[in-house]
Amino acid sequence: MRADRRAAVVSLVALVIAVVAMVASLTMGDYPLPISDVLTVLTGGDGSTRRSAYVILELRLPRALAAIAVGAAFGLSGAIVQRVVRNPLASPDIIGINAGAGAAAVFLVVIVAAGPVTVASGALTGALATAVGIYLLSWRRGVTGYRLVLVGIGITAMLTSVTAYLLNTANVYTAEQAAIWLSGSLAGRSWGHVLPVLLAVAVLLPVALRLAASLRALELGDDLALALGTRAEPARVALLATAVALAAVATAAAGPIAFVALAAPQLARRLVRERGLALVTSAAVGAALLACADLAARRVLAPAELPVGVLTTVLGAPLLIWLLARANRIGRTG
Amino acid sequence: MAAVLGSLLIGNETISMSTVAGTWLHPDGSDAQRIVEYLRVPRTLVGVSAGAALGVAGALLQGLTRNALAGPEVLGVNAGAALGVVLGISVFGVHTFGGWVWFSFAGAALAGAGVYALSSLGRGGATPVKLALAGAAATALLGGLTTALTLLDINTFNSYRYWSVGALTAADISVIGTALPFLATGALLAAMSVRALDAIALGDDMARSLGQRLAAGRATAALAVVLLAGTAVALAGPIAFVGLTVPHMARALTGPGHRWLLPYAAVLAPVVLLAADVLGRVVAEPQELQAGIVTAIAGAPFFIALVRRRRLAEL
Repeated sequence: MRADRRAAVVSLVALVIAVVAMVASLTMGDYPLPISDVLTVLTGGDGSTRRSAYVILELRLPRALAAIAVGAAFGLSGAIVQRVVRNPLASPDIIGINAGAGAAAVFLVVIVAAGPVTVASGALTGALATAVGIYLLSWRRGVTGYRLVLVGIGITAMLTSVTAYLLNTANVYTAEQAAIWLSGSLAGRSWGHVLPVLLAVAVLLPVALRLAASLRALELGDDLALALGTRAEPARVALLATAVALAAVATAAAGPIAFVALAAPQLARRLVRERGLALVTSAAVGAALLACADLAARRVLAPAELPVGVLTTVLGAPLLIWLLARANRIGRTG
Repeated sequence: MAAVLGSLLIGNETISMSTVAGTWLHPDGSDAQRIVEYLRVPRTLVGVSAGAALGVAGALLQGLTRNALAGPEVLGVNAGAALGVVLGISVFGVHTFGGWVWFSFAGAALAGAGVYALSSLGRGGATPVKLALAGAAATALLGGLTTALTLLDINTFNSYRYWSVGALTAADISVIGTALPFLATGALLAAMSVRALDAIALGDDMARSLGQRLAAGRATAALAVVLLAGTAVALAGPIAFVGLTVPHMARALTGPGHRWLLPYAAVLAPVVLLAADVLGRVVAEPQELQAGIVTAIAGAPFFIALVRRRRLAEL
């Protein structure tokens, strides 16, 4: 059980990093606050001005928590999908779930001129519908990993062109708003965005861990898993549904932030040095990654800020290329 | 022919055959004739040239990689060309087609070569699955970078978002003249690589025994792909699925030999693209759906059907 201890240590370190980034994020900004003020406000103590209480509780804390919750959701979702499909490249962004969320959200922004909450729930619906569609289209006496991925690629192409068309019909400022959403951003997130994601992670993490036992059996291949008493398809469906729900909720809150779902599980597995699942670790690493990335996105070009998705794309790219090269060189994709 | 006529006649203003003919025979400067001269004719020419280029590029790629899922859009060639053009607009301030086309070539060549190299590492070479995955990953990456660049500057964003849907209307007639030499060179190189592609189709052992000349043939075909796909993207934006689907249709008509496959693809692809363009004009009247959107929506089911086939065909 040394792997388990290692996993616990890695998860803990990742969580500490996430919390440090969160606290840093609370102190920094156009209105800098010393850490003592932050702690006073958070503990509800007196002596904090109403202004700093407002800045922290209504502006910075929701955003910082959103970074952690969204990062954890993406990390966990990516870990599940990568293991079920047995391909490290099969993250929700690549197989088309993000494209579905994006098309729905851009439709709502551009055509309906909807507010943030409607956009978020629309994105959620779009992601879920796309996932179900991809799953049904790849069904042919069972679903194999590669077919799922390839069908996802086709669907992505279709949905991104619809999104591009919608962007074109709008005036340039509305379209730019939609494009910022599309690249993934945590700017201006309120409690209404954060709480659903926190809730989803809190509920679905235990569910995923329950299901992880059957995931271990799936690793052995369908036939052996069946022999061990795990019917492959129901287990796969339940796990994928969990992963999709996580990715959809996270995307609804923050837009399709690229590469966190891809990178976090890969980092986690390498840190734990285990060929296994590392679900909790993936979630913790995802939280740490996104918390740091969002802090950087806010401060690198301050006072201007980048959408955090732009940053994760630029940082995730080299990792992706390395993964591809490596997966191909050693002749397996998992 | 029918597709060309349709493209000339159908649109927001339906124009009679005699008016189109009259534009050349006895020009009278009427509105309808102006539409034909300045809008419909250039648009149709862009459709014909970009379509033919994409069709041939797709056929060459499928032959080169012996892979049914190969196509300029699947390999990230289109996304690379798009990123090249956006870099040209935003970083180097290039706003003419003659300037774009070089950025488009560079992007197409780098992306295509990178994706192919990545997917051919390791056991089994560039299998359909590995190729499509590497291409999708590269497309996600290049698309993300493109978005990042366009978001930093609203003017770039505004030029890009129109170009990015794959419309045939962006170009004016002088652009065709600039594009023509590139397309002609690409077509010539494609014709020169026919024998090499047929040899590759015989299988690796046979191809290897044919030796040195084959390497030159592969390089020729690859260069042709870059010229053709790069020019097509610069002309009409990243149009999806024409390069993937048309060679399959052409192969159904001609069989696998490239001597007939390439010309058939060159003829069929413009028909498909113009048909998509006309359809887009009719469906969304009085606005229009750009051709690239129509081909993406119609082409994706075709791609999925290919994927669902029992044996993911290697050619």
